[in-house]
Amino acid sequence: MTSETLALTPRISDPDSFYEALIEAHRGLSEEASQRLNARLILILANQIGDRKVLDEALALAIRTGRT
Amino acid sequence: MMATRRSYPFKRPPELDSGKRGHLPVIVVGAGPVGLTMAIELLERGIATVVLDDDNTVSIGSRAICYAKRALEIWDRLGCGEVMLNKGVTWNVGKVFFGDDPEPVYTFNMLDEEGYKYPGFINLQQYYNEEFLIARLQELGGEIRWKNTVVEVTPAAKGVTIAVDTPEGRYEMACDYLIAADGSRSPIRKMLGLDFEGQVFEDHFLIADIKMKQDFPSERRFWFDPPFNRGQSALLHKQPDDVWRLDLQLGWDIDRDAEMKPERVAERVRAALPGVDFEFEWLSIYTFQCRRLDKFRHGRVIFVGDSAHLVSPFGARGANSGVQDADNLGWKLQLVLAGKAPEALLDSYDAERVYAAKENLLNSTRSTDFITPKSAVSRAFRNAVLELAREAPFARPFVNSGRLSVPAILRESALNTPDSDAFAGKMVPGAPAADGRIRVNGRDEWLLTFLARDNGGVNHKGTGFTALYFAGDADADKAMAETAKAMAQDAIPVTVYAIGNPNAAPQGLAVIEDAAGHLARRYDGRPGTVYLLRPDHHVTARWRAADIAAIRRARDLAAGHRAPAQIKETAA
Repeated sequence: MTSETLALTPRISDPDSFYEALIEAHRGLSEEASQRLNARLILILANQIGDRKVLDEALALAIRTGRT
Repeated sequence: MMATRRSYPFKRPPELDSGKRGHLPVIVVGAGPVGLTMAIELLERGIATVVLDDDNTVSIGSRAICYAKRALEIWDRLGCGEVMLNKGVTWNVGKVFFGDDPEPVYTFNMLDEEGYKYPGFINLQQYYNEEFLIARLQELGGEIRWKNTVVEVTPAAKGVTIAVDTPEGRYEMACDYLIAADGSRSPIRKMLGLDFEGQVFEDHFLIADIKMKQDFPSERRFWFDPPFNRGQSALLHKQPDDVWRLDLQLGWDIDRDAEMKPERVAERVRAALPGVDFEFEWLSIYTFQCRRLDKFRHGRVIFVGDSAHLVSPFGARGANSGVQDADNLGWKLQLVLAGKAPEALLDSYDAERVYAAKENLLNSTRSTDFITPKSAVSRAFRNAVLELAREAPFARPFVNSGRLSVPAILRESALNTPDSDAFAGKMVPGAPAADGRIRVNGRDEWLLTFLARDNGGVNHKGTGFTALYFAGDADADKAMAETAKAMAQDAIPVTVYAIGNPNAAPQGLAVIEDAAGHLARRYDGRPGTVYLLRPDHHVTARWRAADIAAIRRARDLAAGHRAPAQIKETAA
């Protein structure tokens, strides 16, 4: 995890398939269970990134883009 | 149902008959763990004091039960650490449970590397802690005036006058400094009209201290959302005399009286600990708050412990931080009262302990948010962490069942001399000095105990600073022997100990043998290295090589002898 800035260009080779897997993972879950699944996933991915600076940039991007 | 604890007799104060207003350099108000520690600290330093308490007993009930290494080391310096260690239950293992799973999601072991006199924590009922402190205080000739209630405080520029109510009448006393150790509801704080800012947490917790003969190991067990306390948390801890603490979160909307009924509590205990025979030792329902005074020093009135700062119980940061307040304040008062330091040195108490209180409040607030999530999404993340923790080690550091008290490292203190040389390890300026096994004159000793006894007892009643010098370079050794001789005569003396080979030591240097290699490792010491410790055993400066001028400069800085601007910088 040596990247120093948040990647904004596409990096996932088959976006439609990953998106589908993401939605599929939530099928049949209650609102609460869904929220927990998302939380687990965020924690797993955050640890994979590791770099606090990148995480802060990701957090800022998520907050900013939700403001419109 | 509560065991009655020892009570102490009221004695008619002499002022009631003489009609004269007594005067003491320092008066301590409040005979809890912090006030008692403060008074012992003062007596050890040769400062006359008296403790006033509005009650006549030690703590009713176990109350604060977890005492941390640093508090134990402070009590060791004050001559009552071992008695606490011997009576207390030592524990190192903590297990965290989640939901219905009978297996812990993870287990932590706080066992330090070996070679410390005191463990990370002991559990001990607060009444034992207070009894030991009272015994030590009496050994030193100290006086506690029970049933003496401070009802008026009149601060002035050069001292404080107080009025004290007793069962046999009212009297007045004056002092140079008044120490308010009068607890979370501090009457003195109210008398001075000081704001106590912070937040109240809307939650109730039940403490059931029960006596049971049970072969549980002495470990800390913490449950998130267990079947016996759905949606809430629970904690089980062992105390001496087969007493166990069960601490159950109850939530905000409860019927307090109904929950306190012994049948109701018994039902809860049986659910948590099926098939166990027990009797009650102490029951209590508490709420908690996180608050602190903006400043701990208000002229000649100085606040220590709960009167100055309140944290949640998660992490055992209440009593343990209060004891560090007393540790920080004692030597500064001594130097100021002796005219050896400017009064502004006392502002560094404020700066250093406000810094520590902020750290404690931050940690305890974070623990509280994890243990009692305040929103659905906060709960989702908390549960997600716990679900992951079993399988994924990366999630375990997020699990926060209380970040257990560790001493404040006063990194930003203006009393410190910033490093000019490179060092590895934890002994940065501001850190409390690490203990270690040593040999002195062929005897096994602990470093901190030895320093307290030797440097405190023999020389200057603890006024002195200590320099630890790693010997081995013949020329530097000779120079250090001269330095040691000169600094022993200073107004604020520095006692030098050479760490090295007792058979090769130059004349005039007291030698500590680093028999187990703890000091070289913990202090990153090599020949020439010098550490300067304050009287409270915090590192204040260190060098790879130091002459007498450098050591004196650092000592004077630590004693507040610089332009007042330097002190103001810390307070800001």
